[in-house]
Amino acid sequence: MSLVPSSLAALHSGAPVVHAASADGVFSLLWLVVALPALGAAVLLLGGRRTDRWGHWLGVGTVAVSFLLSLVLFFALVGRDSGDRQVSQHLWTWFTAGKYTVNLDLLYDQLSAVFLLLITGVGGIIHLYSVGYMEHDERRRRFFGYLNLFVASMLTLVLAADYVGVFLGWEGVGLASYLLIGFWQYKPSAAAAAKKAFVINRVGDIGLSLGSALIFVTFGSTSFAVVSANADKASSGTLTAIGLLLLLAACGKSAQFPLQTWLLDAMEGPTPVSALIHAATMVTAGVYLIVRSNFIFSLTEDARTGVVIVGCITLLMGAIIGCAKDDIKKALAGSTMSQIGYMILAAGLGPAGYALAIFHLLTHGFFKANMFLGAGSVMHGTNDDVNMRHYGALQKAMPVTFVTFAIGYLAIIGVPPFAGFWSKDRIIETAFADNFVVGLCALVGAGITAFYMTRLMLMTFVTEQRWEPDVHPHESPRVMTIPLIALAALSALGGFLILNGWITDWLAPVVGTHEEKSLAIGALGMSLVTLVVVAIGIAIAWTFFGRRAVPREAPTQVSVFTRAARAELYGDAFNEEVIVKPGYTGIRGLSVFDGSFVDGIAEGTASAFGGMSSWFRLAQNGFVRSYALAVLSGAALVLLALLAVNFS
Amino acid sequence: MSNFPWLSVLIAVPIVGAVVVQALPRRANAAAPKQIAFGVSLLTLVLGLVMASGYENDGGMQFTEQHTWIKSFGAHYAVGVDGIGLTLVLLTLILTPVVLLASWNDADPIPLDVRDVAAESPHVAPARWSPNAFFAWMLAMEGLAVGVFAATDVFLFYVFFEATLIPIYFLVGGYGGAGRARAAVKFLLYSLAGGLIMLASVIGLYVVSAKSSGGATYLVSELSKIDFGTDTGRWLFVGFFIAFAIKAPMFPVHTWLPDTTENATPGTSVLLVSVLDKIGTFGMIRFCLELFPEASRWATPVVVTLAVVSVIYGALMAIGSDNIPRLIGYTSVSHFGFIVLGIFVMNSQGLSGANLYMFNHGLSTAALFLVTGFLISRRGSALISDFGGVEKVAPVLAGVFLVSGLASLSLPGLSPFVSEFLVIVGAFSHSVVAAAFAVTGIVLAAIYILLMYQRTMTGPTRPEIVGMRDLGTREIAAVAPVLLLIVIFGFFPKPLLSVINPSVDHTMSQVDRHDPAPTVAEQSPEGAHQ
Repeated sequence: MSLVPSSLAALHSGAPVVHAASADGVFSLLWLVVALPALGAAVLLLGGRRTDRWGHWLGVGTVAVSFLLSLVLFFALVGRDSGDRQVSQHLWTWFTAGKYTVNLDLLYDQLSAVFLLLITGVGGIIHLYSVGYMEHDERRRRFFGYLNLFVASMLTLVLAADYVGVFLGWEGVGLASYLLIGFWQYKPSAAAAAKKAFVINRVGDIGLSLGSALIFVTFGSTSFAVVSANADKASSGTLTAIGLLLLLAACGKSAQFPLQTWLLDAMEGPTPVSALIHAATMVTAGVYLIVRSNFIFSLTEDARTGVVIVGCITLLMGAIIGCAKDDIKKALAGSTMSQIGYMILAAGLGPAGYALAIFHLLTHGFFKANMFLGAGSVMHGTNDDVNMRHYGALQKAMPVTFVTFAIGYLAIIGVPPFAGFWSKDRIIETAFADNFVVGLCALVGAGITAFYMTRLMLMTFVTEQRWEPDVHPHESPRVMTIPLIALAALSALGGFLILNGWITDWLAPVVGTHEEKSLAIGALGMSLVTLVVVAIGIAIAWTFFGRRAVPREAPTQVSVFTRAARAELYGDAFNEEVIVKPGYTGIRGLSVFDGSFVDGIAEGTASAFGGMSSWFRLAQNGFVRSYALAVLSGAALVLLALLAVNFS
Repeated sequence: MSNFPWLSVLIAVPIVGAVVVQALPRRANAAAPKQIAFGVSLLTLVLGLVMASGYENDGGMQFTEQHTWIKSFGAHYAVGVDGIGLTLVLLTLILTPVVLLASWNDADPIPLDVRDVAAESPHVAPARWSPNAFFAWMLAMEGLAVGVFAATDVFLFYVFFEATLIPIYFLVGGYGGAGRARAAVKFLLYSLAGGLIMLASVIGLYVVSAKSSGGATYLVSELSKIDFGTDTGRWLFVGFFIAFAIKAPMFPVHTWLPDTTENATPGTSVLLVSVLDKIGTFGMIRFCLELFPEASRWATPVVVTLAVVSVIYGALMAIGSDNIPRLIGYTSVSHFGFIVLGIFVMNSQGLSGANLYMFNHGLSTAALFLVTGFLISRRGSALISDFGGVEKVAPVLAGVFLVSGLASLSLPGLSPFVSEFLVIVGAFSHSVVAAAFAVTGIVLAAIYILLMYQRTMTGPTRPEIVGMRDLGTREIAAVAPVLLLIVIFGFFPKPLLSVINPSVDHTMSQVDRHDPAPTVAEQSPEGAHQ
């Protein structure tokens, strides 16, 4: 492990430098946090049917123990001096070539600590919920194997101390996501969605591959310690290029424009997957990558501008898509895109926003997981119907689901004192302090969020009953409602992490500090303006969906805007027409070219060289043995040729 | 036992085994020839592992033997391995028993597995010759392949190079699909054409060395000291390179490969693509780079371009293939593009990556050919469009298929990732443009693998698939060791790299290339190094 002396680190003002002490004491157990779910996955996936009876409890157990370990580690970290909260554990040297060495090291610091708690905490709750949700699925054991694989990979991603180590977790979560989106792979739509997610993520991986390569060429290493210590010596063009390549990676993983199209299709996976992977954790990995690379982004204004633009576009895009979807999971998925847009936007604001991005990532992890599991509970009670037009008035039949969902709703639209209020409000405020247009995007996004979430609440839980007589909505079993209650509590209280500036202070040693810019209207004024915008969003939704009857069939006579939103703003259509169709036409053409032209030229040349074109005719006649003779005569030819040369 | 002729034994044991197996009585469904062949291949593997345990990581060429063969040409029987040769010899020894076990019934008069399938299938035809001959040729090929990788005399190399064509020719021509006769001839024509071009260079080497102070010699160790002069060196280089490019195979001389894999048995395809094709890339390092460093540097722009074209072209053709073994053949064109790219960027990352890639590609492609072979034998068809929903009825087969496919698309955690990543890093430090084009291969690989998986394994189970057997014990036993190695070397490639890296350093000094320093290093000598 290349440890940069702290005296050297102190020389660089600006972005903080990663200089971790070796893990000892309780921290030497760090590897176990990853190893436990990895072991669970191995047992469940290789153990076969033998593990069917108890497999799901093993899956829950490994994550639960990982969570307890994460708690212990967290408090041990809190107990250390604030300047001494980076711990690294060397596992082994992964590979070496020339002077390039990549170590599989774990880096446990303030940033990875909160991620460990989020992943194993929310992950554990969702595992527990899945015991009930997947009860009637004959492949439940395999489902838990994949979930464990996901948790292990996600933990690797946030603990790795090297960009290539991050890559290992990065693609691991991509694989788990692929397997889980396509879990019901007998459905062609699920199999197609899984492949699409993986392929689009790979487009993002181009960014991580080339970004790592450029980091190596620039710094001679891809470890955070070396890169953070030397980032200020690299040219600004190089830093911008690295930043933009990492942004491309983030766009793929976090479903940001222009690589956003896979996320809505990913809702083909079982709902707990949507909650854990496609809301709370994996899709936020792009935000993590940018914040973790703060030592790059803090030095390149241009790359940060790119990040902010991507965030703004996606937060509006996702929100608009969320307005038109009747499928409850897809509406929530649009919302996830949009909320991650907020995080990306915040991360693009630099030192003022890194901690806020992580703060919103946490609160969003709570309330979105809460609402996805709530949606799963609703589906559980309505024969797996996902169409909100077939719901209505479910609050009586599902009181626990309703109340917990409502808390998530209040959190996401930003009603004080629920979690989303604190995190989103601070992002809007910081955005305005940075740039008026950016602030306006964030503010308008908050209004649209209030609109689509109110629409979702009304169509699902309020309004008149629209379900068929053979549907008997009922509350879910306790193994599912207890996780809902736990997540609702976090959605309600999670925002208090910011009280006294705790979360920003906690993360400051990792992401750096900054001068607070104050707004002309003040923080309180800004909050009031935001609340007014939110209220307008609610009022509009109430006018359309609360006061009027919701038709059971989606209206077909709609404006171009609704049509565009339903078509997810034509992202798929664009890809289909511009990339997929021409691509296949090109490949077909290439196949003809390969079979005739390339083959013809090469075969002709080869035949001419060999002087053996007539052999092809013989081949069909079956005189196959004669060719052995040819080979032998080839060898004889060598000898003859040599003799000729020798005696000439 | 430092003087024990390890390599000669590794060459001789399988060839003697082949003769024995061929001489055994040919009774229908006799198990003895297969068991003996399998036993011989296991014995050879054990001997190879014992030899490898005595290998010194940075000791240069080892287990050397040298005897004058044809004095007037300067030809020797000279063998020895460095890290590059050793890994490829081990790959050969590991894959042969795997292939024999997996191909147990493939050479039976009517393969056991397809007796219940329609008799007339274009993809599985009755064997032309006996199972004895099949297993004997397989063993012969193992011995000859070891010879190629161990030869340290150009003349000996050339003889082994040509000799490997014979077993492959009979294996392709006698066992496999309906188009096998034409495929076998096509393979032979391409290889002989390449061989003839190389022959010209082999003779040229002799002419030049005969004039040199040391007298005529074919020993690589002597030849590498000779300065061939710019023009002569370039001509000789071209002769070797074309032969190796056909072998590897690279665009535009690749078309024989998909035709061959489409018609050969899966076992033959494994030995051909995973082992014998490596002669091409092995030869590029050993002969092109090390004997003709100036010419190699001169040719770099063209070769790097062709390599990048191969990466993309092979992948695109794979996406467009409906025939599974043909598709895998094209994926190898793409993978060989990466290997050649890594070799010719001539830096440590590229070369180490390329050497490691040769080994890893051998494993991943073997797994993929074998598991799809099991699949094809169950259905009597090799067309992707004839499958669908296999996962439902044969989950183990589907799982093995997926892991093999993920290895082929270089998923981190599986061994091919490390090599592909190193090649991309090496390419990047040579040319950003080359790396930027080559890296699109990672997206295309995801498409060809996952599209094939989606179309064969997922969706509703087709009526023809209902009742398909899952993998049996023999099949699992054949493919499990390969998957295990893929995972182990995915996380611990160190045993391979510690053997490969010193040899790469040697190649680097031979071509007189040094790795560029990190761009920030000038300002911060203390910061950027380990």
